[in-house]
Amino acid sequence: MELIISSSIGVLTAGGVYLLLRLRTFPVILGLALLSYAVNVFLFASGRLAIDQSPILSKYGEATYTDPLPQALVLTAIVISFGMTAVLVMIGLGAFLEADSDRIDITADDGETEDGGRA
Amino acid sequence: MHWIVLPVILPALLAPLIAFVMRHDIALARVASVAGTVLLLAIAVVLIFMAGDGITHVYRLGDWPAPFGIVLVLDQLSALMVLLTSTLALIVLIHAIATEWDAKGRHFHALFQFQLMGICGAFLTGDIFNLFVFFEVLLIASYGLMIHSGGKERMRAGLQYVVMNLAGSTLFLFALGTLYASTGTLNIADLAVRIPEIPADEAALVRVAAILLMIVFAVKAALFPVQFWLPATYSNAPAPVAALFAIMTKVGAYAILRIHTTAFGPGSPGTEDLAATWLFPAAIVTIAVGAFGVLGARRLMPLIAFSVVGSMGTLLVAVAVFSTTATTAALYYMVHSTFAAACLFLIADLVVTRRSADTLSAEPPTVQNGLFAVLFFAAAIAMAGMPPLSGFLGKLLVLDALREPGFIGWAWSAILIGSLLTIVGFARAGSTLFWKSTAIAAPATETPDTADGVVAGAPPATVMQVAPGMLGLAALAALALFAGPVSSYLDSTSSQLHNREGYVEAVLGADEEEG
Repeated sequence: MELIISSSIGVLTAGGVYLLLRLRTFPVILGLALLSYAVNVFLFASGRLAIDQSPILSKYGEATYTDPLPQALVLTAIVISFGMTAVLVMIGLGAFLEADSDRIDITADDGETEDGGRA
Repeated sequence: MHWIVLPVILPALLAPLIAFVMRHDIALARVASVAGTVLLLAIAVVLIFMAGDGITHVYRLGDWPAPFGIVLVLDQLSALMVLLTSTLALIVLIHAIATEWDAKGRHFHALFQFQLMGICGAFLTGDIFNLFVFFEVLLIASYGLMIHSGGKERMRAGLQYVVMNLAGSTLFLFALGTLYASTGTLNIADLAVRIPEIPADEAALVRVAAILLMIVFAVKAALFPVQFWLPATYSNAPAPVAALFAIMTKVGAYAILRIHTTAFGPGSPGTEDLAATWLFPAAIVTIAVGAFGVLGARRLMPLIAFSVVGSMGTLLVAVAVFSTTATTAALYYMVHSTFAAACLFLIADLVVTRRSADTLSAEPPTVQNGLFAVLFFAAAIAMAGMPPLSGFLGKLLVLDALREPGFIGWAWSAILIGSLLTIVGFARAGSTLFWKSTAIAAPATETPDTADGVVAGAPPATVMQVAPGMLGLAALAALALFAGPVSSYLDSTSSQLHNREGYVEAVLGADEEEG
C-alpha cells in the first residue's frame, strides 16, 4: 500500500507541476487541481497508513484507532482548495474575456509600450 | 477576557453584513466600514496595553486545552502587528473613499473587512494549521481586491497572482503534512517543545518541513527566488489595495519571525542553522533586485513596487540573524517600511490619476504640482532611508545589529549600495515627474486638442484625498521622533519573542488560568 500511495502522490504532483508550467489558464487550473489532490493524499498519509481502523477511541474494546487529526486537516484542505479553484476559474474566465488570450505570463507589453518613457 | 478574539470576530461579522445588507448603498457601506476599522483600531490599542505587561496571553477557542484545541496567542509582537494593521487599514480606507476607488467595483468594503480578518487572525493564531486557514482567508479577499474595478492588465496580473499563491498554498499544506508526520503536532508551542528534542542526525524530515515553510513564507514576503510576482501585482492593483498589501508582505516576514524563532530557532539542533544559511543570502539578493528594479523602472507604480521588494530584503536581512537586537531592528524597520510603502502608493495614486499614464515621462504639470512633489519626495526620502524620517533610523538600527563578523561585509555593502541606488532611482523619477514637467509648455492645457482630457481637466485633490498620505508621513515622523520609547517597547517585544520557554509555559501550562 505504501508503494501505491507514494507513487500516486508522486505522479499527481509531477502531472500538476507539469500542467502548472504550461502557463495557459485551463492547464494551470487542472494542474492546481491535481496538486491539491496530491496534497490531500499526502496529508492523509502524514497520520500513518492504517487499514480498517476508525478514527475514534473505542471505550469498549481494545480496538486500535487511527489518527483523526489528518482527516480533519484533509477535510479543511479539500473545502479550501475547492473554493479556491472556483475563484480561479472565475478570475481566469474574466481575464480571458478581457484580454482575448488565456496566457498567464505577462511580459510582452510590459516594457515596450512606452519608448517615450525614457527621458 | 474575550478581547483577543475580537480583531478576528469584528471584521468577520461586519463583512457579510456589508456584503448582503448594504450592497446597494455605498454610503452605508462606507460608514460601516470606517466604523468597523476605527473600532478595530481601538481594540488594537486595548490589546497593546494588555500585552504591555510582558505576559503572553492565551485565548483557548472552545476552551479546549492547548495542544488539542486551537489557541490564539497575544504577545507584544502580535499586539504590535494588529495595531499596525488597523492603523494602516484606516489610512487606506480614507484614501479609498475620498478618491472613490471603492465605488469603481463591487464589494470593496466587504472584501476589505475580510482581508483585515485574515491578517489579524494570522498575527494572533498560535496554531500553524490555523495560520494556513487565515492565510487563505486573507488571500481569497486579496484576490477580490486585486482585480477590483477590472481592466485587461489588472485581470491578467490578478490571474498570475492567484495562480502563484495557490501554488504557494499547496506547498504550505505539503509542509504542514511533513511537519505533522515528523512531530505529531501543529501547535506552535508544542512544536517548540518537540523539535528541540529531535537529535540533529534524525532531523531530516523536520528540516525539509522547515525549508518548505520558509519557501511558503518567502513567497508571501517576496524574497529573492520567489519575488517575481510582487512588482506585477502591486503595480497593477488599485493603488489603495497596493497600499494595504504593504502589510501582506509583512505577514510573511512575521510568520518567518514567529515560526522560525519559536519552533525551529536557536536551541533546536536539527534546524537552528537553516535560517542563517538560506535566508541571509536570499535577503541580500532581494535587496539587489529591489535596488536595480527601482533604478530600471520606467513607470511609477512598478518603481514603488520594486522599492517594496528592496525594503523586504533589508527587513529579512535583519530577521535572518535571529538575535534579540537584530529582531528589534527588524521590527522597527517593519513598522517603518509598511507606512512608507503605503504612503508612496497613496501619493502616487493622486499623481497618476491626474496624468495620462504612470510612465516616467515629462508631461505638462498637473494641478498642485508643488504639493504632490513635496509629498512624493517626503515619502521617497522615508523609503530610501534618508535622515529626517524614520527610514534612516530603521536602517541605522539594522546596520548596527549586523555588526557581527559573519554578516557585516555583505549586509552593510548590500544595504548601503542598495539605498544609494534607491535614492538615485527615486530622485530621477521625481525630477522627471515634477520638475521636468514644469519645463514643458503649460499651454498644452489650453489647446483644445488634448484628446486625453483627464490631464487638463483633472480636479485638484481635496483635503480628504491628501490627508491619508499626510497621516502616513505623520506616522513616519512620529516613529522617528519617538524612536526611543518605540525601540524600548520593541526591545521587550523581541526578548519576549526569543523567550521560547515563556511562550511554551503560557500556552501549554495555562490549564488553571482563565481561558
